Amino acid sequence: MSIVAEMPSKNFELLSKDGDGELLEIAMGPHHPSTHGVFRMDVVLDGERVVKLKPVFGYLHRNHEKIAEGTTYLGSMPYTDRLDYFCSLTNNWAYALAVEKLAGLQVPERAEYIRVITAELTRLQNHACLMGFLVQDMGASGTPLMYAFREREKILDLFESLTGARMMCNYMRFGGCRCDLPAGWLDGAKKVVAETPRFIDEFEALLAGNEILMARTQNVGAMSRELAINASITGPMLRAAGVNYDLRKVDRYGIYDRFQFKVPLGDHGDTYDRYMVRVLEMRETVKILEQALAGISDGPIIDPKAKLRGFRPKVGEAYGRIEAPKGELGFYLISDGGPNPYRYRVRPPSLINLTVLEDLCLGQLVADVVVILGSVDIVLGEVDR
Amino acid sequence: MSDTFDQIFVSLKHWLLGYLPVWSQPVISCLLSIAVIIVAFATLFAITTWLERKGLARIQNRYGPNRAGIPLTNISLFGLGQPAADGIKALTKEDIVPFAADKLVHFFAPVVLVIPVLLSYAVLPIGRNMVAVDMDAGLLFFFAVGAATELSVFMAGWSSRNKYALLGAMRAIAQMVSYEIPLILSSVSVIMMVGSLSTVKIVEAQSTYHGLLPDWFVFTPWGFAGFILFMISALAESNRSPFDLPEGESEIVAGYFIEYSGFKFALFFLAEYLGMFAISGLGITLFLGGWHAPFAWLTWIPSWAWFFIKLVTLVLILIWIRGTVPRLRMDQLMNFAWKFMLPMALLNLVGVAIWHFMTPGLPRWLVGFALVVGPYLLLGRGLMAGKNLAKRTYRFAE
Repeated sequence: MSIVAEMPSKNFELLSKDGDGELLEIAMGPHHPSTHGVFRMDVVLDGERVVKLKPVFGYLHRNHEKIAEGTTYLGSMPYTDRLDYFCSLTNNWAYALAVEKLAGLQVPERAEYIRVITAELTRLQNHACLMGFLVQDMGASGTPLMYAFREREKILDLFESLTGARMMCNYMRFGGCRCDLPAGWLDGAKKVVAETPRFIDEFEALLAGNEILMARTQNVGAMSRELAINASITGPMLRAAGVNYDLRKVDRYGIYDRFQFKVPLGDHGDTYDRYMVRVLEMRETVKILEQALAGISDGPIIDPKAKLRGFRPKVGEAYGRIEAPKGELGFYLISDGGPNPYRYRVRPPSLINLTVLEDLCLGQLVADVVVILGSVDIVLGEVDR
Repeated sequence: MSDTFDQIFVSLKHWLLGYLPVWSQPVISCLLSIAVIIVAFATLFAITTWLERKGLARIQNRYGPNRAGIPLTNISLFGLGQPAADGIKALTKEDIVPFAADKLVHFFAPVVLVIPVLLSYAVLPIGRNMVAVDMDAGLLFFFAVGAATELSVFMAGWSSRNKYALLGAMRAIAQMVSYEIPLILSSVSVIMMVGSLSTVKIVEAQSTYHGLLPDWFVFTPWGFAGFILFMISALAESNRSPFDLPEGESEIVAGYFIEYSGFKFALFFLAEYLGMFAISGLGITLFLGGWHAPFAWLTWIPSWAWFFIKLVTLVLILIWIRGTVPRLRMDQLMNFAWKFMLPMALLNLVGVAIWHFMTPGLPRWLVGFALVVGPYLLLGRGLMAGKNLAKRTYRFAE
């Protein structure tokens, strides 16, 4: 049994090397502390430098799409929570949006406001956790992660009092939301939102100018504009590469055209940009939340035409997409008039953003691989479905 | 009275030895010293694991261990029972040896790690007249046995037959060899000043008081620079954050001891902490006046207490660093060692020499200060300039 890989096997077509050419083949994962779940990278190392990287996923495959084709439209709603389990509310929204397009349902104004508020809160906690995890991957022994989790707890408390669940919210319904805001919820949300800029400032003061963090992230895992567009990368990762594409601006779904906010763009496309774009995005999210919390008015929270039982949208197809915290989350549905979709397809941003991992990692050190992977922001529930 | 307290352990030993036949006295004396060192530092290790978990937890908005206390009661004592619980856990855990491992080397690696670490305590003066062996070449002995730990790290990494272990061992060797040079060079500055390799003589040289401050070497420009260089290298030598690449939990899982479980793992842990204490103790001996009190009016506190107060303070600083700093990358670590630490340590030697031959007074301070700050600024600026690291500004789309 040899631990040093002999000359590479055929599927690793390897470069003739100047040195002695001994390469080390390592399977990073599926049980590795930094793969954010059960994900594997087959890495070929020259010393510590990556010469080949093959992402292997599917360990968490749960047959999500096929199951959804066998169950009712509404029955899939709680199941979408489990896709990206950090952001169940945005998953709900994307699915609801697709079904609403299919069935031609209108969402009342109050419900639209609630959707914006919950989705942006989701974005806040997702980005906060990502920053924490990313610095954790750089070896900061958990301190930034705990700071991020402290903020996340406040937002999860809000989710809990609204939906009854902290992570698996199952809150949106076709044509609206499941239940109205409890008394005092808006004040609680305002308080959380008002505290957030202080947290972002603290995080930025401690980390954004840290020399080790800059040395570990700047010019590491840079992605060009062209590659980002060609690989159909979306979300903060695409914007870090300098492409101005935010579905909240492009599609203006829901009521996003009512809010004033800007889209931060990076110029280098490296890990530092991916990190900072998320920080800046959190600041913009706070602006949206402030406007939404001020503008929300009373009214119904669900389209009265929407049926919960015996829901059968007319024959047709629809694609609903939103700007989820990780990128474009889309649901594609084909209805044959029955109680369950004929075809149900998810466009998971995590999976598609992950496909360029090898391009980002080649020539970097093994320590950079985990940092680059962390900056892609994946959740394996969504990658594998 | 204060002398009695100060010398209580020494007098106790002499009193005990007085009851023994003369021929056995040297051997028993040695054994007693060994027993005291092992017990004292193992206790410190237990307390430090608790302190570290508590300290890190407080840095991270957590409570840390707060349940384990006195068994069978509800008294939790701020979780002080945790070290005992951890020890029992480590002892009762299954000891797994990988099928493909080189079993003999795999077994001996943790043992080979602990022994040199313990040996290095022999030359540490932990109080007045309290040093196990007052060797003329004490410092040399310390570094010699300290270098032996590298062997065991590679034994562990190689014998485990694990790729992560191999990577970790590679990293560990590269890192420890690189940082040993600035470590020793920064100590050489003290040797040049004192003119002796004996740790006891080095402590004696720092015994006087000068106005408010004691004559510790850390209160001179070269000594301050040497102390900082020494402690940075000490961090790297003891594989502590931000130089914990050999473990690199988020990258190579646990590095060279990935395949160790149960008490063998605990031995690695023990050796790491004992190594940290030993090297901090040496830092105290070289730069912080050893067991001397910081102020003349505090000399009534026993000398051994001062040593441990200083040691725990240094350990707390190391815990603080661990809780706040991200890890460097391998190439950055090497660059830092060879391009910054090594030239700084060498220039510091020049600084010591000039300090040694100038007459005391303001000019000496100015020259010494210039010889530290100048190279620091030039080297630091020069190295950072090539890297283009900076905070960035971002553009926004409407």
